[in-house]
Amino acid sequence: MEPIIKVDNVSMCFNLSTEKHESLKEYFLALVQGRLHYDEFYALKNVSLDIMPGDFYGLVGLNGSGKSTLLKTIAGVYKPTTGKVTVNGTIAPLIELGAGFDMDLTARENIYLNGTVLGYSPKYIDEKFDEIVDFSELCNFLDVPLKNYSSGMVARIAFAIATITKPDILIADEILSVGDFLFQQKCEQRMHELMSGGTTVILVSHSIDQVERMCNKVAWLSHGDLKMNGDTATVCAAYKQAQREG
Amino acid sequence: MLAKIKLYLQDFWRYRYLLQNLVGRDFKLKYRRSVLGVLWSVLNPLLMCLVYWAVFSSLPGFRGNIPNFAVYLLCGQLMFNFFSDATSSGMSSVLSAAPLLKKVYIPKYIFPMEKCCFSMVNTCFSFVALLLVILFTGSPLHFTIVLAVYPLATMFLFSFGIALALSAFTVFFRDIMHMWGIFTTALMYFSAIFYDPAAMTSMTGGFNLQSLIHLNPVYWYITGFRQCVLYGELMSPTMLVVCGGCALVSLTVGMIIFKKTQDKFVLHI
Repeated sequence: MEPIIKVDNVSMCFNLSTEKHESLKEYFLALVQGRLHYDEFYALKNVSLDIMPGDFYGLVGLNGSGKSTLLKTIAGVYKPTTGKVTVNGTIAPLIELGAGFDMDLTARENIYLNGTVLGYSPKYIDEKFDEIVDFSELCNFLDVPLKNYSSGMVARIAFAIATITKPDILIADEILSVGDFLFQQKCEQRMHELMSGGTTVILVSHSIDQVERMCNKVAWLSHGDLKMNGDTATVCAAYKQAQREG
Repeated sequence: MLAKIKLYLQDFWRYRYLLQNLVGRDFKLKYRRSVLGVLWSVLNPLLMCLVYWAVFSSLPGFRGNIPNFAVYLLCGQLMFNFFSDATSSGMSSVLSAAPLLKKVYIPKYIFPMEKCCFSMVNTCFSFVALLLVILFTGSPLHFTIVLAVYPLATMFLFSFGIALALSAFTVFFRDIMHMWGIFTTALMYFSAIFYDPAAMTSMTGGFNLQSLIHLNPVYWYITGFRQCVLYGELMSPTMLVVCGGCALVSLTVGMIIFKKTQDKFVLHI
């Protein structure tokens, strides 16, 4: 079977300029004084990963290990410095909830705005509008500007919009950590529903229990290296072992 | 190559609703909580025109012998405002879309394009003001006014090209934002908005201001527009070629610059 996502030897390099030169004057001053060197920082180093259709892939690792960077290269936000990412299908990215929300607009307007950010047509959103509202349980606050919402409420709407379609791939970056436990359960259930419909899910989570419960495969990243990947039990055991040993 | 272009068009087509929604958002936010709301789009050019008219019509040297001075003025102003508005808001569009661009994949040119579209929508509202002034001052309404679509459309492409290039530069050097403000002000005085360029030669002595003005593409768009709206004549071949040519060059250069740099945007915003 063809992998739905093929991450082929991907490296992602950031220029960690200690001082960012945001004006010409600063830039030329730095250039003249010979201070213009960048510290290169590899957030990902030669990572290769094949994700098969129908996989529920977990990404684990400490803060700064490159999980989000990997998700963003898959989502097409970053272009890898070297290597190649091939994706065969539509992606619903849930990387930091509320991307594309305008805090000055109402929830109703934001549903349309965010829906079109994800590439839906207004007609499609019309059809699914009630479903989105039902899922987020916020029908009383639809015409309130989003800036008056709590972060949990924003998260609900964002999750509801992103999962309303049947994407081929759902990318979820620690989204389940927001919201109360009832809503978390609801999200997990929704993700399982999507999966049984054939959606491939990539999940980043710091809760190793959640990863063990939900994922069938896990990749472990450490300082930009792919330390280990394979089935959940083996990788999680090794990961937990490493954590204990510190 | 052809397949690649087709892919781009498909991508654009997929995001056409986003473009529409972003323009709608800007429009809502611009007039939210103002009492007169969208009426300001008409009132604003009208009042500005009144100010200019009050100042410059009392200076005979400026006015020369331009018939229908108010319409002459407003034509120039509308076109120039579109240009400066579209380019300056387009310039910062990529930067201000940073939160979005860092999280989801969207074709990045959508943002400068959206700002240009939004400026065009505003300009269309200002046409109501122009019509009002034409009727009020009793200047003739020519049917050639429909031909004004050509200078407008080419002006849109011209501004879009510049907005593309500027928005790409701005990501790397923020200084451009400040420089561009000054540049457009300077450009305004070379666009023959409130004077007749032919009358200026005598005033400046040996210095040939007129040929300098002719180097300014915006001047040609304004002149073409006036030709259709104010004088009721067809555009001359020179005007047609200059308007179209400048649009084509600006669009090509803008697209190349944008395409070359867009992959690095997320690393700098």
